[in-house]
Amino acid sequence: MPTTKTDRVAIKISDDVVRVRQLTRALSVEVGLSLVDQTKIVTASSELARNTLDYGGGGEVTAEIVEQGGRRGVRLTFEDKGPGIADIEQALKDGFTSGKGMGLGLGGAKRLCNEFSIDSRPGEGTKVTIARWK
Amino acid sequence: MAAQAGVGVASLVSRNEKTILPEWVELQKKAGILHTGRISEGELQSQSRNFLHLLHEALTQGGTDTSGAAYEPARAMLADLSRTRALQGFSPSETATFIFSLKQPLFNALNRDGTLSAEQIASTVSTSTALLDELGLFTLEIFQKSREEIIVRQQREIAELSTPVVKLWEGILALPLIGTLDSQRTQVVMENLLQTIVDDEAEIAIIDITGVPTVDTLTAQHLLKTVAAARLMGADCMISGIRPQIAQTMVHLGVELNVISKASLADAFAVALRQTGRAVVKTRRIEGFALPGKKSGGQDA
Repeated sequence: MPTTKTDRVAIKISDDVVRVRQLTRALSVEVGLSLVDQTKIVTASSELARNTLDYGGGGEVTAEIVEQGGRRGVRLTFEDKGPGIADIEQALKDGFTSGKGMGLGLGGAKRLCNEFSIDSRPGEGTKVTIARWK
Repeated sequence: MAAQAGVGVASLVSRNEKTILPEWVELQKKAGILHTGRISEGELQSQSRNFLHLLHEALTQGGTDTSGAAYEPARAMLADLSRTRALQGFSPSETATFIFSLKQPLFNALNRDGTLSAEQIASTVSTSTALLDELGLFTLEIFQKSREEIIVRQQREIAELSTPVVKLWEGILALPLIGTLDSQRTQVVMENLLQTIVDDEAEIAIIDITGVPTVDTLTAQHLLKTVAAARLMGADCMISGIRPQIAQTMVHLGVELNVISKASLADAFAVALRQTGRAVVKTRRIEGFALPGKKSGGQDA
């Protein structure tokens, strides 16, 4: 899958979540996503960036414009070296949270995107990849 | 040793002050400092003269230790200058040029001075370079710090300014939210709204989120907490300005706002008027004729 543009943003403080949203919005506009799709992936990026910050203890997002079979899309990869998630199925369940949030972020982000994959090992960190296609 | 080197530079400055000052000012002008329009030639002259004077004093008394007490007046003046320039919108390099452009005139003076040996020239060059570099960095540091202070102040202003509570009618308040709802601002929003509910004895508060670009679960949680707190104080809450794309996104997220919500502030206002037993009635624009007992606007029923 060819990548035409790559950006990286570190997620260390809560202002970085705003920067992730702005970057995601800029890329979605560049790809030509509809307003609804833009809002969806921006919201998903906001959820995941905040998870990276709050539960992963900070990390990094890689934002890319990708192309496949003539279709363009935005792909975001969130990585942290935090405690990891022991039970991914439970984490994806609506209403479950190990913190103080609503417990909808991770599952919500999955529903807001075309592609979603999560890779996490306790003690090693978490990697979440999402994509939204035009 | 340091004091000796300082005396060398000091005597160089005092012997050549008449040529250093105009050359220095000329260099700063050449760098385009006057074109910015933020400083007049007179100011530049007097700033340069003052600093050269303070530098000379400091060199004579305290050698080359720029953090020493002898440099206090010179540092204070530089700090003041950096701060002023930061406020006036100078760029960092325009600010640092003030110090760094002093090197050339100093070296020129050194070259013209026939009394020094090559060794003395070399040591004076290295001493004055190190000295001016330190002072230049100090200028930049103060400049940076002032800019950060400005940013912090602006953030605070934005946080307060952008959350006004508007009174729409007797007992009906509106809170038009604009921008990002991070937790610090939400705190201000909550306090403003709750205080105004008390002050105005409001029955209904409408939270308008037309100006909020992204509603994620944290934003939704903040909204719901605000609504819950307002309810505890006896006021009903409504949320308006939910745009189609936000509505779809919230459904996918699985967020349920258990409050009355409307697409526009006007709709929410109409509901609020109805709930408080009022109505908006259209009048005809015929002179001397009006529908019985009603004027335009929401008169009490």
